[in-house]
Amino acid sequence: MRIALFVTCLADTLYPSVGRATVTLLERLGHQVEFPQGQTCCGQMHINTGYQKHALPLVRRYADTFEHCDVIVAPSGSCVGSVRHQHPMVARAFGDERLAQRAEAAGRATFELSQLLVDVLGVDDVGAYYPHRVTYHPTCHSLRMLRVGDRPLRLLRRVEGLDLVELPDAEVCCGFGGTFALKNSDTSTAMLADKMRRVLDTRAEVCSASDSSCLMHIGGGLSRLRTGVKTVHLAEILAATRAGT
Amino acid sequence: MTTYLGMPTAPKGVGHLRAAEPFPVAARRALADTQLRRNLAIATGTIRAKRAAVVAELPDWEELRSAGQAAKAGAMRHLDRYLEQLETQVTARGGTVHWASDAVAANRIVTDLVAATGSREVVKVKSMVTDEIGLNEALAAAGITAHETDLAELIVQLGHDRPSHILVPAIHRNRAEIREIFLREMADADQALTDEPAALAEAARLYLRRRFLAARVGISGANFAIAQTGTLCVVESEGNGRMCLTLPDTLITVMGIEKVLPSWPDLAVFLQLLPRSSTGERMNPYTSMWTGVTPGDGPQQFHLVLLDNGRTAALADETGRQALHCIRCSACLNVCPVYERVGGHAYGSVYPGPIGAVLSPQLTGVEENASLPYASSLCGACYEACPVKIDIPSVLVHLRARHVGEARRERRLPRAEAIAMAAASWVMTEPRRYSAAQRSGRLGRPLGRRGRIGQLPPPLAAWARARDSPVPPAQTFRQWWRDEHGRSS
Repeated sequence: MRIALFVTCLADTLYPSVGRATVTLLERLGHQVEFPQGQTCCGQMHINTGYQKHALPLVRRYADTFEHCDVIVAPSGSCVGSVRHQHPMVARAFGDERLAQRAEAAGRATFELSQLLVDVLGVDDVGAYYPHRVTYHPTCHSLRMLRVGDRPLRLLRRVEGLDLVELPDAEVCCGFGGTFALKNSDTSTAMLADKMRRVLDTRAEVCSASDSSCLMHIGGGLSRLRTGVKTVHLAEILAATRAGT
Repeated sequence: MTTYLGMPTAPKGVGHLRAAEPFPVAARRALADTQLRRNLAIATGTIRAKRAAVVAELPDWEELRSAGQAAKAGAMRHLDRYLEQLETQVTARGGTVHWASDAVAANRIVTDLVAATGSREVVKVKSMVTDEIGLNEALAAAGITAHETDLAELIVQLGHDRPSHILVPAIHRNRAEIREIFLREMADADQALTDEPAALAEAARLYLRRRFLAARVGISGANFAIAQTGTLCVVESEGNGRMCLTLPDTLITVMGIEKVLPSWPDLAVFLQLLPRSSTGERMNPYTSMWTGVTPGDGPQQFHLVLLDNGRTAALADETGRQALHCIRCSACLNVCPVYERVGGHAYGSVYPGPIGAVLSPQLTGVEENASLPYASSLCGACYEACPVKIDIPSVLVHLRARHVGEARRERRLPRAEAIAMAAASWVMTEPRRYSAAQRSGRLGRPLGRRGRIGQLPPPLAAWARARDSPVPPAQTFRQWWRDEHGRSS
């Protein structure tokens, strides 16, 4: 299958290993990955901060870049949530019904990684090897906007060598929330502290998730406290093999 | 974007809808209150578990939510018609209907009605709307004492405190604190009073019983009003409401205009949704309904005050109006990770939590409560719990856009933020500019030590206070792709 990668601006700029892992994984499963060069950012930060006017050109850019692709994958639940749910809303807020419909079509073709693997490609054993104790934070937008359910856990359970430990209160937000972490940094930090406590309670070496932004937040806290626990994106775990990646 | 002009909002200087300070400032103080954090975590955790258990019992819960949402949307669509029908029916059955455009008008109407009875004391059923308009303060200014009779409202009133939760106004207090308040404020309290819940409840019963028997005027809110027959409905747990609604000669009910339902079948839906969502019970202990006056039985004077106070302004906003569907169950508060950590006072309004963050700014005008729509990480737990499916995250995002639009017109946007947002948009709109910006971002690499960055300049300094940041990689994904796959795609 030809699959277009929407790498997301955060992974592109700060976490390129997540994008590389997504490519490695999909190619190993026998698919052809393309990377449309016109892509930039989904505009979620603008929309969630109230700057919809500045998000409008990004909504248009996403539709322009991806509307000819049959299947699009992004290693981020919140970016996919924005593409699917917010893009048509922003287009309509500015009275552009044609763009709203193009955005809806592009949104329908866009999948979060675990949804693509399980629902579209029909695999839950991707042939990965990752000999570590791992706990998984399901992330709010994957859980409640996209309803990915237990798909990431089904994928992780099939990874050879991986010791999956359940994260207590997993469904509670880590406190990132985009500019929430800046505008309400104290409340965000209090939420982060509780999330870190849960992660540390599991005695996992690795906390994983399907969103680099939530992982940047949780990982930033775990690193500041020198806990030794690291954050690794789901794509990187699924891309790992005995032979190395 | 649509602009919202013309509809009057709740007036300043009266009632409890406006925060005295921005949410982040109040939240910082609340976060440092160890006792508050502990009380909230225990209380919200308990109610969450109870709610989850009784909701799971109903196989048609999602259908019930949809039915509740549809009933409210239908009532709002023809609100004018249903309100006039309600007035006609209440009047025909011996009640008197008063229309109050705002808090000032409602307070004046109620104060005049109480004064006309010659009574200097009233007993009150727990009601959000009378707290919204600051009725107790208005009555006090006219020399009339209002006695709160709901146990938690009594604790708040005796503690000279403010409610911090819609359903459990004293959620920020534990039983040791409540015992202290009772001993200090109840003149004839037993000095041997313990902090056993049963003992505290008994002390309140004895204190309140004298008020119920002496009262000649009762004041209530309303959970629902049925236009078809002019029937008012109050649901409660303690029986204090039943006392206030039946014992006095005069009953005055203050009701927000959004509480009207067309007919009885609508009520059937909400009597299933409300108790399960609020107290986690299958059925609430007391449901009182009354229609006008009944000669020789219960209050012989009944007044219904219909309050706007910004509700029509909210109704004019196509996206925001769904906040008026709220049935005040407080399920969204109990599941909100922000509310659980900061409590209700930080919101500065009688309506705290996620629903307050979308309702208060619409009642006052967004600029009067501009920090509230940002008091959420948009995690979506509130939307999932809401019994009438109010899409709170979408309304929050919408109100943020309204705020930015209004602040921009008045040139009040934070300069650094506005510039950053405009710059990011300009860069991201054009891939070549974006690649160039990525290259310059790598200039941050020397800041990193052992793979982490510990400090950042404003406005990112707030982030760096508690979190390390990743060091920009030597190569972006885009560069790697070009190296590996050429410029082919």
